[in-house]
Amino acid sequence: MSDIGAARSGTVGGTALSWLLRNHIWVFLALTLIVFSLSSPYFLTVNNFGNILTQGAFIGILAVGMTLVMIDGEIDLSVGAVLALASALAIGLQDHMGVLPAILLALLSGAALGFLNGALVAYSGMHSFIVTLGALIGIRGLVFVYTGEDALMVQDFSYTELPEIYLGPISLTAIIFFGLALFFQWVLSSTRHGRETYAVGDNIEAAHDAGINVKRHKIINFTLCGTLAAVCGILLSMRLGTAEPNAGRIWELWTIIAVVLGGTRLQGGFGSMWMTIGGVLTLAVLRNGLRQLNTPNYVELMVMGAVLILALALDKVLNRREAGP
Amino acid sequence: MSEVVLEVSDITKAFPGVVALDRVSFDIRAGEVHALVGENGAGKSTLMKVLAGLYQPDGGEIVYQGQPTKVAGPLDARQKGILLIHQELSLSPELSVAENIYLGAWPCNRFGVLKKRELYSNATRALEALGCGFGPHARVGTLSVAMQQMVEIARAEAFSANVVIFDEPTASLTDTERDQLFHTIRGLKKRGVGIVYISHKMDEIFDITDRITVLRDGQVQGTVDTRDTDLNRITRMMIGRTLDTYFVKAKPEFGAEVLRVEGLSRAGLFEDVSFSVREGEVLGLYGLVGAGRSEVVETVFGVRKADRGTLWWKGAEIDLPTPRKAIDMGMALVPESRKEQGLVLLMGGRENTSLPHLKLFSEVSVMNRAREMGVFEKYRSALSIKTTGPDQAVSQLSGGNQQKFVLAKWLCADPKLIILDEPTRGIDVGSKSAIHELIAELAERGLAVIVISSEMPEVLGVSHRVLAMSEGEVVAEFEGDALTEENLIDAVSHHRQDVAAE
Repeated sequence: MSDIGAARSGTVGGTALSWLLRNHIWVFLALTLIVFSLSSPYFLTVNNFGNILTQGAFIGILAVGMTLVMIDGEIDLSVGAVLALASALAIGLQDHMGVLPAILLALLSGAALGFLNGALVAYSGMHSFIVTLGALIGIRGLVFVYTGEDALMVQDFSYTELPEIYLGPISLTAIIFFGLALFFQWVLSSTRHGRETYAVGDNIEAAHDAGINVKRHKIINFTLCGTLAAVCGILLSMRLGTAEPNAGRIWELWTIIAVVLGGTRLQGGFGSMWMTIGGVLTLAVLRNGLRQLNTPNYVELMVMGAVLILALALDKVLNRREAGP
Repeated sequence: MSEVVLEVSDITKAFPGVVALDRVSFDIRAGEVHALVGENGAGKSTLMKVLAGLYQPDGGEIVYQGQPTKVAGPLDARQKGILLIHQELSLSPELSVAENIYLGAWPCNRFGVLKKRELYSNATRALEALGCGFGPHARVGTLSVAMQQMVEIARAEAFSANVVIFDEPTASLTDTERDQLFHTIRGLKKRGVGIVYISHKMDEIFDITDRITVLRDGQVQGTVDTRDTDLNRITRMMIGRTLDTYFVKAKPEFGAEVLRVEGLSRAGLFEDVSFSVREGEVLGLYGLVGAGRSEVVETVFGVRKADRGTLWWKGAEIDLPTPRKAIDMGMALVPESRKEQGLVLLMGGRENTSLPHLKLFSEVSVMNRAREMGVFEKYRSALSIKTTGPDQAVSQLSGGNQQKFVLAKWLCADPKLIILDEPTRGIDVGSKSAIHELIAELAERGLAVIVISSEMPEVLGVSHRVLAMSEGEVVAEFEGDALTEENLIDAVSHHRQDVAAE
């Protein structure tokens, strides 16, 4: 460690290059787009791109919340289960109280569960992996109890037409995803809460010493993550017209993969919504492209696993170079 | 005499089982640098945390700018103008310089949206006042340690601090960086800031401070003007004994040569390094940070690769070893950063001691717990290590005791050559002399010892022979009566001037 005093180059030479090094997922995305465009004639069409965006948007909305929690250095494994609960409540309650109150209650359930996760993590000192793993199992159980182990169907099919708004080929769901991602990118870069998120994830002691209320801060981000999971669940229930008790199963894993693929670090302090958008789109393009090629499901899983590890290896290599010898 | 800006009287703070501060009183005047010294555990860091609002005192009073004050928390302290600059810097590497200066106190509108223009122009002003060579937009993680420290000091400008507390600020700085830091501190002082300076390094304390307050066992031993005192007196106040007992040199009875190195070179790190060390001999390697001392011994131990060079081990020429081979031959390297390289902090002393030699303690991979315990007990008493038991996590021990475990773990393999890289960095004076005694004892038992240190008195005090290194080269060798501070300083500084002139 005798080189600890040696200055690491602090010049901002080649800003564009350094942005690209930190956001290498976009290079990765461009590569996958090129590969699939060359290998499938149906891939490079406006229609298919609209599909990719819509398919990706569900994981994307979860990923926005997950990114906040992960920059904090935490993780939320319960998003898939929260999604299923919100989706079941939105459909199950609307016959009794009307569509809008049902949606609001579904949102509230997500917010409340997120708050509970956050409060447990902040005040008990337990690792969020454990807390939200418990939440994942418990909430999933609750969904089965509520739905009576059967899919709930909407009675009034006008509910399923609510998200049928398109901006050209871009669905409402995709618009909501991009809107949320851009809004929270602005929150991260331009508000006190956003700066706190990096400070807490990066150096929690420094954040605490600087007078940041770390506990309250983490609770807010877990609450946001839970709320966004509910948003995702409600949109899914509109799209499908049913609420499966198994909805969103292992989506928390796809979400984490998308965020990590983007470059946000599991240990916290580093990441952005730009990265997450890149990760979400790459994941969506990969899944869509592989299906276009009629790849068997298990091969798809193998490819996705390999891509994840490859992307993380790339991140290691690039960041080692950036950090200097 | 300038006015008192901060005064604490009869501050008491107790933790379960210890009274960390026992009716401590002292004061800081505007425009002075006030040193706070004491062995580890004397209460310096507790006192400083009370001042910075990280701890609330159990009793006593803090008077700040003439008013009795309660420092509610770290942010409150900062906003009042009391700033603590931690040894482990309190920064977020991913945030920008400006965002770090105002960490947690960013200028915002009432919706919590940052006022970026205000943030960056204020930060620019603070950085310019200090004469920093970097802008507010740089990401802190890309800056050197010295620059990161300047970011913390810039908080003093940004919050118009009246009191700045430095905790071991030079622990990881090079000499040039330290000079720059002292320049900055003198600038703060000129503008009437009261400065508390905590350090183990006595030369720095005599260089920069105006008054010295000595703490021992949570009590103030006295406050003296720096120019009216000397190292001997301060040390006596700190440990209750004089400096004469400080260094013990082993009897110079040398046996056969253990290691000889010739022409060892590695591009960019060191060039044509040759030396040898004998049984019973303590060889000192002195040089400033960056001189290549650690790199040389790490290469001998096989951690790094060399471009050229020949090694002889007990008279026979050998290839550059791998660390495993080096250990098997009988070499031991006790690295500089014991937390990062030397110890597994969550393991207890027993497991740490046996870690590098698990083969010695196991039958077919199954650990022999009794043998392990025996060795642990042997070294616990031999090195008088203070630990509650074999399984107390070493992270809970003081720096000195941790360092003793690092030594124990290498000694139990019975090495022929032991290399100690900065063996007393960051540990208190009492443990320091215990380690110096141990070095002498090892040499008298016939080990060859290489000691690397940037503390000149230590190198001179424990070594029979000293190599001076500068810019990757061995520039001089001294022994016997030639072992003096002047010779070492001359050798190192002349060489640096020569290099600069080329």
